[in-house]
Amino acid sequence: MLLVLLLLCAAISALTVTDMHPEDPAAGRQLAKLALQKYGTDPNILIVVRDTDADRAFAQAINDELVTGGVHVVGIASGTPRQAMLQLTQTLAKGDTVDVIATHNFASQWEVLNASRLAQVSDKPIKVIRPPSYRWPSFLTKNNLLSILNQNAPIAIMAIGMTLVIITAGIDLSVGSLMALAAVVTAVSLRDYLGGAAAHGGSVALAFGFAMLVCAVVGAVAGLLITVFKIPPFVATLGLMMVARGACYILAGGADAVKIDAPAISSLYDASVFGVSSQIILMVILFITAHVVMTHTPFGRYVYAVGGNVSAARLSGVPVMAVLITVYIVCGLCAGVAGVLDASHFLTGRPKAGEFYELQVIAAVVVGGTSLMGGEGKIFGTLIGALILGVIQNGLNMAGVDSYRQMVIYGALILVAVVVDQLKKKVINPGIVSQQ
Amino acid sequence: MSVTPPLLAIKGLTKSYPGVQALSDVSLTLARGEVLALLGENGAGKSTLIKTLGGVHQSDRGSIRIDGDLVAIANPRDARRLGISVIYQEFTLIPTLKVRENIFLGHNRQWLKPISQKTERAQAQALLNRIGSQLDPDRLCSELSVADQQVVEIAKALALNTKLMVMDEPSAALSPREAEGLFGIVEELRSQGIGIIYITHRLNEVEQLADRIMILRDGEHITTQAAADLSRDQIIENMVGRSLDEEFPPRCSVIGEPRLQVTGLTRGTAVENVSFTVHRGEVLGIAGLVGAGRTEVARMLFAADSPDQGTITLDGVVLRLKSPRQAIAAGICLLTEDRKSQGLILTQSTQHNFGLPNLVDFSSKGMLVHRREQNRFQHYCDALNIRIADPQQRAETLSGGNQQKVVLAKWLQSNADVIIFDEPTRGIDVGARYEIYQLLNELSEQGKAIVMISSDLPEVLAMSDRIVVMCEGQVTGLLDVKSSQQKVTPEDIMRCATSDQSLEQPMVAQS
Repeated sequence: MLLVLLLLCAAISALTVTDMHPEDPAAGRQLAKLALQKYGTDPNILIVVRDTDADRAFAQAINDELVTGGVHVVGIASGTPRQAMLQLTQTLAKGDTVDVIATHNFASQWEVLNASRLAQVSDKPIKVIRPPSYRWPSFLTKNNLLSILNQNAPIAIMAIGMTLVIITAGIDLSVGSLMALAAVVTAVSLRDYLGGAAAHGGSVALAFGFAMLVCAVVGAVAGLLITVFKIPPFVATLGLMMVARGACYILAGGADAVKIDAPAISSLYDASVFGVSSQIILMVILFITAHVVMTHTPFGRYVYAVGGNVSAARLSGVPVMAVLITVYIVCGLCAGVAGVLDASHFLTGRPKAGEFYELQVIAAVVVGGTSLMGGEGKIFGTLIGALILGVIQNGLNMAGVDSYRQMVIYGALILVAVVVDQLKKKVINPGIVSQQ
Repeated sequence: MSVTPPLLAIKGLTKSYPGVQALSDVSLTLARGEVLALLGENGAGKSTLIKTLGGVHQSDRGSIRIDGDLVAIANPRDARRLGISVIYQEFTLIPTLKVRENIFLGHNRQWLKPISQKTERAQAQALLNRIGSQLDPDRLCSELSVADQQVVEIAKALALNTKLMVMDEPSAALSPREAEGLFGIVEELRSQGIGIIYITHRLNEVEQLADRIMILRDGEHITTQAAADLSRDQIIENMVGRSLDEEFPPRCSVIGEPRLQVTGLTRGTAVENVSFTVHRGEVLGIAGLVGAGRTEVARMLFAADSPDQGTITLDGVVLRLKSPRQAIAAGICLLTEDRKSQGLILTQSTQHNFGLPNLVDFSSKGMLVHRREQNRFQHYCDALNIRIADPQQRAETLSGGNQQKVVLAKWLQSNADVIIFDEPTRGIDVGARYEIYQLLNELSEQGKAIVMISSDLPEVLAMSDRIVVMCEGQVTGLLDVKSSQQKVTPEDIMRCATSDQSLEQPMVAQS
């Protein structure tokens, strides 16, 4: 499966090679160095950027580098083209000269910065410089890759629980609804019981915990229906899927979203380490934990055994019922985690959140090589499966494919991925179980 | 002078599976309107023979002629086309369909041609009447008793213009009265000129129905004689008569105090009031025919099923076990009859199968220590001579003998005191059998209490210290192999195992 993912990445990379116009602080410093090399410390430089945080950081980097190099920076114009022109004319009116305008590729295309317009306002010629462009796949940038991870983290987290369920030869259709339920329960409990807008971090954490508990309970109910009442997992979780979705709308009072006023709500989603969002970090931690549990604990073995042959497992002393119930609780909890992340992201509890996610989650697990027949599957396979889906979607977006065609191609590529994996299994000696 | 060829003539039929010679050079003939009783122990080759006739298996060598014409039966469709019907012990009815729908299910009808309910009902009624049944063709098969289902199976066969009907232990699941009904049907079929091969373990049925008797043993044809010419004792002798020497390792048992005591064990009608005791160092054999309730007893001892009544005592302590997990913890283990579906997880690695009940031993602080598991598995691979290329090898790739040893290894690791073997050598070749017998002896010498269910009479006689014989859920005999003055013979076991109380057959039960 890793091979499929890498091939996909390579293909999309090849298709998305474009001129890259860097606009980050590093590019700013590089631009300043180029200016120093080319013009020395003599010219007066005006920096022109848009009015965004990223642009201001870019401008600041140019400024700092130039100033330490001994160049006179006459100003930083951050705003619209009109504002840039205004600042330029004001600077010139004060009697300062402007020899060079440092900007990025985007602003350098502005009409106000083309040579003829500049010649109208200044006697001396003004040079416009920007960081050098280069050709690079737009897919293969740090920002894009991080955003793929970030966008797919909720699906991937839910897919952990789903992997366990599918390894036991079950299925859980309720995860999408449970995700919404967790978000709505978070929102409603904060609004009604935990202080509304005044709720502090502790209360928010409490609401998150309560929401996940609710999901775990629903998971336990699914487990009981399946083990005690012998209801097929498909049916049991189909019922709970509808119950949970309905409960979301009831709790939300029919509204499309329950707003969360407490400012602390966003702290979970907004947290990041070295520019990597908390969602991604959480996802990685959960995958590693799940991998260790599945390969290095008796519980993990039991999950595989139950899926491989339930009667042999029972006759070998595996507590089948407890294992199954636990697996569905874990699946519910994973959906709960995705739900609180959703609430923290959108600052609302949306009863519509996670619609049809169950299918994407199942697709991620299956693409990741877990057999729907049970007994086989790997946690990291699921991570790769989720990433394959994310990469396909991202690649289609980048290629500008419209959403209907995206659906067709997305579906077809899932099938191709699974077929490739099946073919690979046939080629490799089927007698040896790969080391888990 | 022209002679009408027999309905069926089989010549030199030979079939082998890896490690097993299922049939070797078997020949038979069957005339129209004749009932041939096919007798033999479990594993004698009866099933292979009828599955070859039914097109399920193909023979390695030999010829089959129907009405003198050489035929090839490549699949069940061919068999049906040739007028051969096999009524297996597992019925092939679809429970959600009506009787008449089942009867005509196998017909090659056009897919979209409308079916006249009325015609179908009338035709079904006619077929049922042919065998003297009053069954309503509109009843659902799921509502029918086993006996009625069998009637439907037979009617289904007749609907296909059957000339030759093979019945595999048709009376096994019937009550004595229902069996009488079946005999009536067989007589009816015979009078209509249908040739019948009738497999049974019940000798009274043979006397009542059969024109001729054919006996198989170890895949070989032993004798075919007119039923009147064979006494019951001769039949049994022919069925089981093989020498026991060299096949079994010598056994010297030191029997200690009682360990496992079973009293009044009952579950539905499958097991009724079964009691026995197993001592330290003893191998207790449980003999009987398939369906006598032996496996059910084993499953209750292991708490895989719960008894309606009865107590199980281990070393003087009454056990109230609710799950196999608890049974394992109490020191009881079961090597199931069906290794593939019950004993092993075939798609997973051999080592993981070995580890499954023992993961707590192989963990420290909740985490598995793979090395510990690997070392113990290696230990047992050496000790039990388990031949595998790689501990990660899937269990399904192992031979039957190696699979059985892997199952045994996992229970030895779990340190079981009571080991229940259900058909320990079924499907296992002769060499590996010997090794398993040796292990059985070693385990009993270590003071374990061993219960061995076996349909293989020489095996049960050679390996057991005492033998409990079961028939129809009850204990019908307790034979002391080692200390009784008179030598216990296979015939003794067969007499207990085939005793049919309702027909007042003599029972041999000594204790």
